[in-house]
Amino acid sequence: MVVLWTDGLVFFLVLAVISFSFYFARKPQMKRPLGKIANNKVGMLSLVVLFFFMGIGLLDSIHFKSSETSAKPIISVLDYWASPLRMQGEKTYSAPFAAHLYSKETIILENGTKVWAYPRLQHGGKHLKQPSVEKVGDIFIKGSIGFAKGSVLFMLIFIISLKLTKKSLATKTIKAAWILTFLLVSMSYMLIDLSTYYHVFGTDKVGENIFYQAVKSIRTGLVIGSLTTLIMLPLAISFGIMAGFFRGWVDDVIQYIYTTLNSIPSVLLIAASILMVQVYMANHEQDFTSLIVRADMRLLFLCLILGVTSWTGLCRLLRAETLKLREMEYVQAAQALGVKRGRILFRHILPNLMHIVLISVVLDFSALVLAEAVLSYINIGVDPTTYSWGNMINGARLEMARDPVVWWPLSASFIFMFTLVLAANLFADCVRDAFDPRRESAL
Amino acid sequence: MINYIIRRFLYAFPLLMGVNILTFVLFFVVNTPDDMARMQLGQKHVTQQAVDNWKQQRGYDLPLLWNTKANNPVTETIFYQKSMGLFVFDFGISDSGRNISSDIKQRMWPSLAIALPSLIVGLLVNISVALLMVLFRNSYIEFSSIVLCVMLMSISSLFYIIGGQFLVGKLLRLVPISGYDTGFNAIKFLILPVLIAVIAGIGSGARWYRTLFLEEVEKDYVRTARAKGLTEAQVLFKHVLRNALIPILTGVVVILPLLFMGSLITESFFSIPGLGSYTIDAINRQDFAIVRSMVFLGSALYILGLLMTDISYTLVDPRVRLS
Repeated sequence: MVVLWTDGLVFFLVLAVISFSFYFARKPQMKRPLGKIANNKVGMLSLVVLFFFMGIGLLDSIHFKSSETSAKPIISVLDYWASPLRMQGEKTYSAPFAAHLYSKETIILENGTKVWAYPRLQHGGKHLKQPSVEKVGDIFIKGSIGFAKGSVLFMLIFIISLKLTKKSLATKTIKAAWILTFLLVSMSYMLIDLSTYYHVFGTDKVGENIFYQAVKSIRTGLVIGSLTTLIMLPLAISFGIMAGFFRGWVDDVIQYIYTTLNSIPSVLLIAASILMVQVYMANHEQDFTSLIVRADMRLLFLCLILGVTSWTGLCRLLRAETLKLREMEYVQAAQALGVKRGRILFRHILPNLMHIVLISVVLDFSALVLAEAVLSYINIGVDPTTYSWGNMINGARLEMARDPVVWWPLSASFIFMFTLVLAANLFADCVRDAFDPRRESAL
Repeated sequence: MINYIIRRFLYAFPLLMGVNILTFVLFFVVNTPDDMARMQLGQKHVTQQAVDNWKQQRGYDLPLLWNTKANNPVTETIFYQKSMGLFVFDFGISDSGRNISSDIKQRMWPSLAIALPSLIVGLLVNISVALLMVLFRNSYIEFSSIVLCVMLMSISSLFYIIGGQFLVGKLLRLVPISGYDTGFNAIKFLILPVLIAVIAGIGSGARWYRTLFLEEVEKDYVRTARAKGLTEAQVLFKHVLRNALIPILTGVVVILPLLFMGSLITESFFSIPGLGSYTIDAINRQDFAIVRSMVFLGSALYILGLLMTDISYTLVDPRVRLS
């Protein structure tokens, strides 16, 4: 068991979120908004998708030392599970479900003659005698078997959870959520099953499986979306409340800090910081011995920098709201009764700011996932060795100029990224509608 | 009014000083000039002599903040030498030996040629889409267009550019995929980036303007207008649009100065020689002088934008008085 920095923080975050939700779920004032979310079909469906992604991300966050003496000394549970995907590389590009390589080669036939043709893949469709004839039927059969296996797995989960919660399919929303879970579980099982025979999303330039890359990128996206929040929140909340509550010179100083930070174009600030990290890492090579530790540190730094550049917006909102709240009668009453300042802050002001914090956290998530792709494209994002959608796009964008077009790396990253960001956006809308007192219903 | 503007200009100095100190700390304190020299010259097999030469050529051989040996301990330092020029927009020489100011002057026009049409066309498209959504509110048209907007928002801008280049440039061969030319010849290179920028912006833009219009629709004067017997379209286009223009205009004014900075991604994909691609090149070459100048320029333009926003409030809304 090896705990990387981001792993530790991710699990800390998960624990924090779970304990917070247990704490808040019992509060009477949370009943109405939570119930609103639970009854929102779009919101619940997107939550299911988000949970699905999170599960994959968590699997990918448990690292241990591998016994295999390959280039990768530290692998995650997901890597272990997807070992066939990782190991079965090809020489270069191959299309999804292809049995032949993308480029022609001289092949020496059994009788000694040389032919200039597309060679068979080493792993993809290896079991087929005549790919051109058998392939479609074979994919269909193997896919159906996988789907059926997935359905069985789903039924197990379904029955166990019904037994545990002792709830029936009460509402339409819950039904829809279960149907989506069924589809997700069965489809992913089908893809996993097919992956042992084919390269479902093809292979990239060095013959690596695209499906594996896209799945590995999920963790990177989630880490950037969530850890940044972890870094941003303490800054934004403490500064925002302090500026609004104490006013005077504290307010001036905090306003000065966030206006200064805000006025720097964020991409440039991130670029400058990442450049510095690069120089630092180059000069302290002895501290970053293993490739994966190095990449992990860079991911953490990126979250740190994104957190430092993105707290200003939330801080400003919180400051304005605190300014309003401190003039409220109940706060003044507390002051008149001689309640200490700290207690007023924690008992009376902070809880009333939570809806703003929650809304901005879910709204920022999708923006951060999208930002990662752009930053990786400019080479100031995650480490080039880290799997991320940005790196995938960056590596594949020139391939559109080839003939025939190499479309699969881009499509795979597009599908995965679009699903995650769309789910996050829809869920964010749903949370905003539920928690923002000014919006009754927009969607 | 004049007093206010002067005060705001004076307030810009501590802000810019803060930006300056921040970048200074990032660039020179976290990593010493020696580190930078080694990075530029190649990590290994660099003699101390070569590092010293590199530093001397670029003026990095002075102490950081306080020079005990010189006559004037403040001016003969890296901080003073490298910062004071920025305040009069004299950006000095880049690490690769070019004059940054003249580069910026030359490259800001292509940036503007893309950013300005994108802004104007995007604004028109977004506002019209948002108005249509409000006109058909509480109907399936609105619902499906909101869903469409969320979907458009969920696509990374990289895919818009790659998809647009592939579809329009490669398959349909309507316009060149990338490049730039001087004068009016540039137009054929500009169509695609502007088109893509507009489409990529519809999702978030139309949704944002829709909320603005919806807030406005609830107000009393709109009810009065309807009571007078105006049709819904007349109410929207004559009354709501005009009143919503105040927040729209002031929102646009703040980004006007930043248009000079160009768009990093668009410019590098379409190889347009603007400030955006200049910045990206600098980042990739790790040219600290250019990155620092661009940070300063960006901050100065942002602060200018804030000031212009305040002034524009008084111009479009006579109720607002600055003090």
